[in-house]
Amino acid sequence: MRSDRIKFIVFALVVLLLPLPLSGGYLTNVLIFVGINGVLALGLNLLLGYAGQISLGQAAFFGLGAYGSGVLTTQFGFNPWVAMVVVALCVAVFAFALGFPVLRLKGHYLAMATLGVGVIANIAFNETVDLTGGPSGLSGIPNLAIGTLTFDSDLKNYYLVWCFALGMILLSLNLVNSRFGRALRAIHDSEVAARVMGVNARLMKVQVFTLSAFMSAIMGSLYCHVMTFISPASFGFGFSVEVLTMVVIGGLGSVYGSILGALLLTLLPEMLRAFQDYDIIVYGLLLVTMTIYMPGGLVQGIPALFRLIMPAKKGSEVGNA
Amino acid sequence: MELLNQVTQFVISGLATGSIYALIGLSFAIIFNSTGIINFAQGEFVMLGGVLTIFSLNVLQLPLAAAIVAAVAVTTVIGILFERLAIRPLKNATPLALIIITIGASILIRGVVMLLWGKDTQALPAFSGTDPITVAGATLLPQHLWIFGVTVMVIVGCRLFFNHTISGKAMRACSFNRRAANLVGISVGRMVLFSFVISAAVGSLAGVIIAPLTMTSYDVGVMLGLKGFCAAIMGGMGSGLGTVLGGLILGTLESLGAGLVSSGYKDAIAFFILLLILFIRPQGLFKKGETERV
Amino acid sequence: MKKLVSTAFASLALFCLSTAALAAPPIKIGALFAVTGPASFLGEPERNTAQMVVDEINKAGGVKGRKLELITYDTGGDATKAVQLANKLVKNDQVVAIIGPSTTGDTMAVIPVVEKAQVPLISCSAGIKITDPVKKWVFKTAQNDTLAVARIYEQLKKEKKSKVAILTVSDSFGSSGREQLKAQARHFGIQIISDDTYGPKDTDMTPQLTKIKSAKPDAIICWGTNPGPAVIARNAKQLGLAIPLYMSHGVSSKKFIELAGDAAEGIRLPSGKVLVADLLPKSDKQKGSLLAFIKDYQNHYRAEGDHFGGHAWDAMMLLKGAIERGGDTPAGIRNALEATRNFAGIGGVFSYSAKDHAGLTKDAFTLVEVRKKDWVLVK
Repeated sequence: MRSDRIKFIVFALVVLLLPLPLSGGYLTNVLIFVGINGVLALGLNLLLGYAGQISLGQAAFFGLGAYGSGVLTTQFGFNPWVAMVVVALCVAVFAFALGFPVLRLKGHYLAMATLGVGVIANIAFNETVDLTGGPSGLSGIPNLAIGTLTFDSDLKNYYLVWCFALGMILLSLNLVNSRFGRALRAIHDSEVAARVMGVNARLMKVQVFTLSAFMSAIMGSLYCHVMTFISPASFGFGFSVEVLTMVVIGGLGSVYGSILGALLLTLLPEMLRAFQDYDIIVYGLLLVTMTIYMPGGLVQGIPALFRLIMPAKKGSEVGNA
Repeated sequence: MELLNQVTQFVISGLATGSIYALIGLSFAIIFNSTGIINFAQGEFVMLGGVLTIFSLNVLQLPLAAAIVAAVAVTTVIGILFERLAIRPLKNATPLALIIITIGASILIRGVVMLLWGKDTQALPAFSGTDPITVAGATLLPQHLWIFGVTVMVIVGCRLFFNHTISGKAMRACSFNRRAANLVGISVGRMVLFSFVISAAVGSLAGVIIAPLTMTSYDVGVMLGLKGFCAAIMGGMGSGLGTVLGGLILGTLESLGAGLVSSGYKDAIAFFILLLILFIRPQGLFKKGETERV
Repeated sequence: MKKLVSTAFASLALFCLSTAALAAPPIKIGALFAVTGPASFLGEPERNTAQMVVDEINKAGGVKGRKLELITYDTGGDATKAVQLANKLVKNDQVVAIIGPSTTGDTMAVIPVVEKAQVPLISCSAGIKITDPVKKWVFKTAQNDTLAVARIYEQLKKEKKSKVAILTVSDSFGSSGREQLKAQARHFGIQIISDDTYGPKDTDMTPQLTKIKSAKPDAIICWGTNPGPAVIARNAKQLGLAIPLYMSHGVSSKKFIELAGDAAEGIRLPSGKVLVADLLPKSDKQKGSLLAFIKDYQNHYRAEGDHFGGHAWDAMMLLKGAIERGGDTPAGIRNALEATRNFAGIGGVFSYSAKDHAGLTKDAFTLVEVRKKDWVLVK
């Protein structure tokens, strides 16, 4: 328990100090999106890695958050903070109601149903042109501000997004180590057994689903205020799949794994730019090979890699002595 | 009368599109049943069918029939390679890891095709002309007849294969219970490979026969794969008539939705009805309920 | 032998001279194009053209003796990525100006970045809201959809056709067209009696066309980019529609005729002049630019240069002129861009001003018709 706390403090320090060596370069900007994607992956991981329920519709909640905040602030003159709270609560209520019929489904039927929700939401963003600006997007969304401090630079937005992200990470860490978290893992292992033990499996699944939707919606609101422009293309099926990939590549059932997965998949296109036109092929290959050779994701793969290198080194040192 | 003619047209158009969804759905279900994998690269097989036919026809100058055979054969080989290189190495992988692998493979295949043949859309000439045929006040093209014909053939072929050949029965056994199948001496590994072969062949065939109507390019697979997946889910992921009906219903719903309600929301309507079906019958429209073993 | 030595010396001297010229660092120009993804039909020719123009300029000695360096990034048509890459161009590469992005969405997303960094942006996308209201650092080369719509409506009015059905694709290109079609209808005395859309990846539009058929319009206007309009043309032929079919400038390339086959016969569309460059009278101001562009593109890529590549050609040439006149600082370039008058490019004759950062009039479009698998001008 204590080592967990130390781990978090070290992580938080790294996050808070990271922008200093970057001195406001464009990497700061990329890291903002790592924060956003990280929390989205974390939300899905709670659902998938802990409760064992797949969702291919995370982009819908993310989009609802972004469009909710965007529309309320530009068309109805809401204060951005008020809008964020209102939207997140509405999305949570919606997810709660949706969760009951949807989470009755299992496996690929569940995948299909959540995918359907994602597609319908995306069509709604496209078609309600009067509210959302349709496919050409919604522009002129204000930045967030506290008093006279406006979050209008990369550095300020970095701290804004990561403060939220750290909060969500802390919340998730506490949650998975609580009674609730243990019950979730029980559902993951065997729903029937968990039910026999007196766990209200159905309600708990819906609660996690709601929580992950809530987290996604908050990130959507932040995203829209950071970007000041949103368009439906950012909230499609492709993005839901990307979030899922972050979770699996990072490591199922690991809070830091989600952040690691988001970091890797957000930075990867940047790193692959050296391959020019071949980047998409390298991206696909990496995805396949990493899943084959690191089935536990990065959180298990990286230490395993270290162990693979380290003992050999130690051995040779001993030999020399 | 006017309205009736319109509706006939909607239904006929919908059935034609639905047949394609059905074929792709079948190819989804075949792999799913023997491996438990939802193959996200399924749409890429469909794309390969069309793109490779056009390549064989235009660049290699093969006659149409030979070009089609070549395209289906090459796609099948790619399916085999895919199974050998990406699926087989993972003995105890979770279904989720397998999904991510198929996603990676689909990105890879799409990327290679894009680099080899560019991003342009290309058209395949129709198999037997483009003179419309009038049926009960609605029109359709000779290519639609090809689509219906091939769909029926594939369904009959699948039925015969799965019910009346040793290999087919063995594959079905695998889908019911892999361990039991293994115990009675069925080589599960070979059946998995088989399923990829059949699935790639059916998928690419679907890609070939629609290319003259819908044209093709490196990125058509995503949408078609998604629709095929829907069809398979509606039919309860079986490799039989259920999936075919699922595809036909989906196509008709889309077409009626676009014509009678709103063209902008037509996909939303189709997905909404799909959701309703799932909520009412969580195991698909045409499958009996199953109890979960503990 | 003597000759050989003198040649060697001469070439050495030349080499020294050229390295001296090279010693001045190149002027860095950024480019954002959707080379992959659904808008690659825009991004790819744009990237090719921009690179081609830069190569040609450098071969001819650069701008005022300094080479240009083009740094191109692919946005994939994704607004989030476009913003990250715009930041990269501005902060890490420290470019003096940016051309692109290819789509209206990407452009709207990067505008806050360039406005804050005070770097001029010449967008290659058509959306009207890019330059309306005018933003200090943002210009564009693609013709407003307004102009294309006006060109079609003018023709319909001339032929006394007043009832139209519109069928637009549900992406940013189609929705912008749809908005303009609806907004301008009244002005031309046109009534939209049927308003439908289709998805960018849809494979069958007979339901929409069946519905339109029964509404009996005088003309159908379809707004989309390949392959949708080709499918629509074929579906219309299948249904035996005898109603005049108008397309948008989104399909103004030979590719459309190839895809639609026989069904393309008789279809009309507004197009930039690049399509019919050789049919233009000698007096046309753009003719020189058009023929140069088509020839260069053919030499470099063995392909037909299209109207979308033309947006990048215009952007690069406008930029070259601005650097010649205004120097190599972002502010200097911006001011020189705004002072550009009567630049005859591919998309039209550009005259920017403090109030107009789009710079074109509706003469930028001509109406063409497909006849015998080729384009003819509609009189």
